[in-house]
Amino acid sequence: MDREETSARIAALIEPFNKKDVAITNETRFTDDLEFDSLTVMDFVAAIEDEFDIIISMNQQAEIETYGQLVDAVVKLQG
Amino acid sequence: MTDMLSENETAAHVDLFSKFDPLIEMRRNLLSTGQEDPFGLVMERVVSPTVAVCNGRETILLGTYNYMGMTFDPDVIAAGKQALDDFGSGTTGSRVLNGTYAGHKAVEQALCDFYGMDHAMVFSTGYQANLGIISTIAGKGDYIVLDIDSHASIWDGCKMGDAEVVPFKHNDIEAMEKRLRRIPEGAGKLVILEGVYSMLGDIAPLKEMIAVAKKYGAMVLVDEAHSMGFIGPNGRGVAEDQDCLDDVDFVIGTFSKSVGTVGGFCVSNHPKFEIMRLVCRPYVFTASLPPSVVATATTSIRKLMHAGDKRAHLWENSKTLHKGLKDAGFQIGTDEPQSAIIAVIMPDLEKGAAMWEALLHEGLYVNLARPPATPANMTLLRCSLCAEHSAEQVQQIIGMFTRAGKAVGILG
Repeated sequence: MDREETSARIAALIEPFNKKDVAITNETRFTDDLEFDSLTVMDFVAAIEDEFDIIISMNQQAEIETYGQLVDAVVKLQG
Repeated sequence: MTDMLSENETAAHVDLFSKFDPLIEMRRNLLSTGQEDPFGLVMERVVSPTVAVCNGRETILLGTYNYMGMTFDPDVIAAGKQALDDFGSGTTGSRVLNGTYAGHKAVEQALCDFYGMDHAMVFSTGYQANLGIISTIAGKGDYIVLDIDSHASIWDGCKMGDAEVVPFKHNDIEAMEKRLRRIPEGAGKLVILEGVYSMLGDIAPLKEMIAVAKKYGAMVLVDEAHSMGFIGPNGRGVAEDQDCLDDVDFVIGTFSKSVGTVGGFCVSNHPKFEIMRLVCRPYVFTASLPPSVVATATTSIRKLMHAGDKRAHLWENSKTLHKGLKDAGFQIGTDEPQSAIIAVIMPDLEKGAAMWEALLHEGLYVNLARPPATPANMTLLRCSLCAEHSAEQVQQIIGMFTRAGKAVGILG
């Protein structure tokens, strides 16, 4: 799956978690802009893992701060 | 590399404590209302496993983890005094150097007998037992799959090691299986579960979860800190109660709850387990437990093997308190009592703190638990019952809760 398609599917998954309808760009930060707390992060990560059938370990999550970084990580994890 | 500062230059000072400002501010707001500090209580005198004197007031203890009431057992006290006389006040050394006395071997044998397992390794605290075992056995390239509501000592053990850490939703068997299925082939896997989760007092469906873990070739570690001595026909914990203890590779436990002193342990049937004593840093690089502590623990553990009557009474207490508080109108963490912990859910931190103080004035001590220690950002008043609480004390406790709940406005 290419970056564009991956990005589109992740964007759809963010919607239910994006309570304040923040406009999503590659630079959007999950904690600071989308105000995700640890519980939201767990549910959101689980949704992505299920969609793409991958694991994003907490070690990997620690390196992901922005939407763009997440898309890159998911593209890479799909191999 | 940047240039060194010359003698008359100074760089801007950054206070490393500024990261704690939000918490300092939150505490200031809470305490400025005259609220007593829920995290600063002093017990001036301890009368028994269930009664202490706090602020000059005789107080029923309902937040101590002293589940089996062993802290004042005459045999336990006598063993400790004897060890002080015979072996001195401390070992001043690591278990692998000068810190292993006859008493340390005796308490490990008592644990092997208690659990019916081949190996036991005693740490200086329960926290260190999780920290040490988890960080040592799961290394680079291995995967740890664990419940999101795991205790801080489990998380810290994960953080200290080099394994990939993959959490799943609390007690969700399907979520656990999905993660196990996605782990790359050939990687080592460790599943970490708890028998009793201490915040809400709920138990894990260990039998089902361990069966799934084994199907995917994972090793299983179960923390039975809050079930030892009480749950299971022989007090071995939730895994024994669900008839799956033989499938647990590592049981982690503590002496600071039912056993009634301090210390932690891991028991296992793994044939290579003894190597842990040389490679586990939180075991090696700390002083061993004092002789009096291991002597009290040995005596207590051996008595807990035959404490069926006490276990039965503690279940009665747990059922009575759960029903009493539920009938009074409180919201409880579990629909049915599943352990010796009854968690009363508070609407928010302010009400929770006010209720905690009102109970203290009634003469009752419970734990106030708040985020981040609690799941789902809940504020809890956590009650842990003791086998030494009398039936009358439990009725008294229900009365105190009801009066305090009305005074604070939680009950209508």
